[in-house]
Amino acid sequence: MTRTTIDQPEMRIDPFTYAHWYALGRKEDFPEGCALNTRLLSHSIGIRRDTDIMSITGPQGRALPIQHRYGHVWTSLSDSPRPLFDIPEFAEPGRRLVTVGGVRVRCSGLRAVENFLDMAHFPFVHTDILGVTEHAEVKKYDVKMDVEKDEIWATQCQFFQPVAAAASVAGDMVHYQYRVPHPHSVILYKSCPVDPDAWDLIGLFIQPLEEEECLVHSFLLVFDDNNTDTALLHFQQNIFLQDRVILENQVPARLPLDPRQETPTRADASSIAYRRWLKRNGVTWSTTRGAEIA
Amino acid sequence: MISSNAPCLVLVAQKWSDMKLYDYVLSGNCYKVRLLLHFLDIKCTLEPVDFYPGRAHKSPSFRRINPLEQLPVLELDDGKTRICDSQAILIYLAHKFDPSRHWFPVNEPEKLGCVVQWLTFANCITAASSRARLHDMLGYTCDITAARAHAHRAFRHLEDHLCHQEFNGINWLAGAQPTLADVACFPYTCLAGDGGIDIFIYPAIQRWLRRFATLPRFHPMPGINIR
Repeated sequence: MTRTTIDQPEMRIDPFTYAHWYALGRKEDFPEGCALNTRLLSHSIGIRRDTDIMSITGPQGRALPIQHRYGHVWTSLSDSPRPLFDIPEFAEPGRRLVTVGGVRVRCSGLRAVENFLDMAHFPFVHTDILGVTEHAEVKKYDVKMDVEKDEIWATQCQFFQPVAAAASVAGDMVHYQYRVPHPHSVILYKSCPVDPDAWDLIGLFIQPLEEEECLVHSFLLVFDDNNTDTALLHFQQNIFLQDRVILENQVPARLPLDPRQETPTRADASSIAYRRWLKRNGVTWSTTRGAEIA
Repeated sequence: MISSNAPCLVLVAQKWSDMKLYDYVLSGNCYKVRLLLHFLDIKCTLEPVDFYPGRAHKSPSFRRINPLEQLPVLELDDGKTRICDSQAILIYLAHKFDPSRHWFPVNEPEKLGCVVQWLTFANCITAASSRARLHDMLGYTCDITAARAHAHRAFRHLEDHLCHQEFNGINWLAGAQPTLADVACFPYTCLAGDGGIDIFIYPAIQRWLRRFATLPRFHPMPGINIR
């Protein structure tokens, strides 16, 4: 992804957005000897890999921090970023990690997080896979803040799904939990079709390129001995590309934070919590508030 | 080889065959083959290939299946013969499984010529629209301005032809009934929006896409946006 856009170092990114780590892709997306350019929060950054050593440079050639976690390479524009959130399930034995690769979407990354939280669209966007129109109701669920970790949890979510996962053999009532530990990352914990006591994880690590354009890196971390990695990959890409066409047609492309701009329903409880959390943390970048300030 | 549950989401049909389709779920060229299998009501094993991000179609093991490193590939029920081009696969399937000769009218030379002309034209649509889509969606490098301009040139030609057909009371690219011409041109026309190409400015194309999407046993793929 080579861009010729001129950097605007003076661009005001709110401190909360600025202070986070962001995924740039999987290590295998940066083969030995590569020198690539990409974008992060409207800044050009360079990624080099010589043998096994990777380096990332930001605005004015400044070296940026780097870490390898959850199958992805992460960096931050900040010299003192907030710690990257923990996902303890990555250390659990028996799980399979499938990294899905980055998919570019012309919308705010915050919109992509919010869409991921929304169960009401399943029967209409993921028809006959994650929902059927005869079972379109979103049952009441709980939303709470984990104050200590400063993250949002939506729990007790359930939804009837005809093919909830690649390993499903029949329709079932599926239980969900959603976790938002980062303004541009979201993780779904989904009841596992092959082990009723376990949760499968599906997550998005979003790289915000511009305020109205993002690169969505996603993963599955599941218990599934029946499907090949490629079958799981096709399942997830099929689902996400169904979302992409919806996301690219949302108006406005940035996330509105003013409660008067879009009318929520009870099913949107997690979305309301997400928007309030962003607002409370002073997020303006990639929101309609940012557009007003600019 | 594993026949997974996931691909069955896009392929539920009645007649079983021992053929195998090497498939990528987001490929418009694979989709046109899956579409015809649906229309003909033929069930076929799907072998998912990690085209992105794994680039498995460039791997030595896949090069033994198709040295051109392209999808789709149809492996016939003898387990040996492979057909490697989407348009060629369409012709094979129609010839083999459609005794009415409705999809590929080999007994009507003039109509057949028209169908083959549009099968070739489908490659022009693919070359431009698919390139723009891979750029916008998966980050492939290309001259995106040129790709979109070439796509619009192809779509203007398609629009003119469909207008002319409608004027003569004909609903489809090569006659009164849908043929392989329509199957071949549909995917990358309908998926053009994925590559930032506005297809809604072509009213005759829009009407044709809507007619196509109401055919019996039509099955969509992600990215298709019909208003």
